[in-house]
Amino acid sequence: MSQVDKYLEKPAEWLRVSGPLSDVVISSRVRLARNFAGYPFLEKLTSRQQKEIAELMAATVKAVQQFKDSEYIRYNEIAELDRQFLLERHLISREHAAEKGYQSVAVTDDEMISIMVLEEDHLRQQTFQPGFNLREAWRVLNQVDSEIEKQAEYAFTPELGYLTACPTNVGTGLRASCMLHLPGLVLTKQIQKVLQALSKLNLAVRGLYGEGTQATGNFFQFSNQITLGQPEEEIIENLECVIQQVVEHEKNARQFMREEKKLRFEDQIWRALGTLKSARMISSQEATGQLSLIMLGAELGFIGKAVVLQELNTLFLLIQPAHLQKTAGKVLDSTERDAARASLIRERLSKVIM
Amino acid sequence: MVCNVCGTNPATIHLTEIINAQMMEIHLCEACAEEKGTEFKTHFNVAELLAGLGEVSMTKPSGRKAEVLVCPDCSLSYEEFTKNGRLGCPACYEAFSRYLIPLIRRVQRAAQHLGKKPGRMPVETEARHEMKVLQEKLKKCVQKEAFEEAASVRDQIKIIQEKNKKPKKR
Repeated sequence: MSQVDKYLEKPAEWLRVSGPLSDVVISSRVRLARNFAGYPFLEKLTSRQQKEIAELMAATVKAVQQFKDSEYIRYNEIAELDRQFLLERHLISREHAAEKGYQSVAVTDDEMISIMVLEEDHLRQQTFQPGFNLREAWRVLNQVDSEIEKQAEYAFTPELGYLTACPTNVGTGLRASCMLHLPGLVLTKQIQKVLQALSKLNLAVRGLYGEGTQATGNFFQFSNQITLGQPEEEIIENLECVIQQVVEHEKNARQFMREEKKLRFEDQIWRALGTLKSARMISSQEATGQLSLIMLGAELGFIGKAVVLQELNTLFLLIQPAHLQKTAGKVLDSTERDAARASLIRERLSKVIM
Repeated sequence: MVCNVCGTNPATIHLTEIINAQMMEIHLCEACAEEKGTEFKTHFNVAELLAGLGEVSMTKPSGRKAEVLVCPDCSLSYEEFTKNGRLGCPACYEAFSRYLIPLIRRVQRAAQHLGKKPGRMPVETEARHEMKVLQEKLKKCVQKEAFEEAASVRDQIKIIQEKNKKPKKR
């Protein structure tokens, strides 16, 4: 049994429970980039220094109260598939998963807090919260960061703040982001307009799995670009302000769908349900798109109460390639995965009567 | 008068520009002026020009560019940084500050950290940080014409400056 298997039994806490504005904002995340003083950044670290930092962190997190129940996972001790699994759970980044050195990650048992060790920066700490709750995410992470700081000295200057490998993170090292589900804006074709307006505001919009990923299933990740010259609270407030407006637009779009174009969108949603309930093979991209419509249908009240939002959130995770393989307990090729995915979705939607 | 760039040929071209109420003069020979001609044609930007001068002055007498800006701590060159966008170590910020600070200003629209600071840091760093934050606050107060608040921030700055002077007098 591998070190990551315990997570398979239940989805992350932040996916399982609902939070503020959960019908549009799936989750809120805050991450901090930190580097230790006295060491070069990742690219210039020797193998021995990498090992030192990894072991230093393994010892450090033990003394951090929030990590009382946690795992310290060393990548060179787990399988490739397990890394993919952690990536799908948003606990680590794509770049981090691909590294070949002493990379490791500390994860709390409820998966609310994780610390990537030896990512682009020595530490990338992150917290998740369900729904729209960046403030709570920041409050929790700030505490964790201060706890670590008690035990180690960070690279910091009075002018530039926390020093990071890339100057785009320097200062606070803070990236706050929210995952938004915006089927209303996509289906009513207003999303481009919204995204264009946002590009002028120093905000980044990305797909489901962060940097360089496409927006699939109408999921969009909104985050701040600027990390210097503003206190953390101000960065978060600015982002909150914009997201609130996007949420407002999305709600208006949904109201329009429900009141003005009911038949047209009802048709689209029931067809999606038809596909999901009868498919024998389905790609992860198609499944994500169709499930997004089911989620919308549940929110608009078009399909019965048999669909619970949090269950759907979990399903989005379970149909990812590594999750399917971990569930099956063996390696599956892409055809086998498409079949396993279709059958899992049929099973989970069996209670929904057409 | 010799050329400011090559330092050998006599300067025949003299440029003057006023930036931040400071007069800047630069004297060039014809060859160097031609080489840097495009920069003058667009707009005479002293910062850019001086950055350029830095590069040129590192050229060895033979005329070949033999030395480049390198971080003394981790030996990363500025050129390497421009290629992959990652710095080698904390000291790179200081070593490349001439280019890096303008770059950070462009990307971040600021160059002064105002957020969280470590719970413990060297006393000197702490004092410098406190001063920087107050100065930034003062600037913002003046910008939004909150003069009363500005006066109080200015007083705080004065108190710290006084405090810093005292040990030296002893």
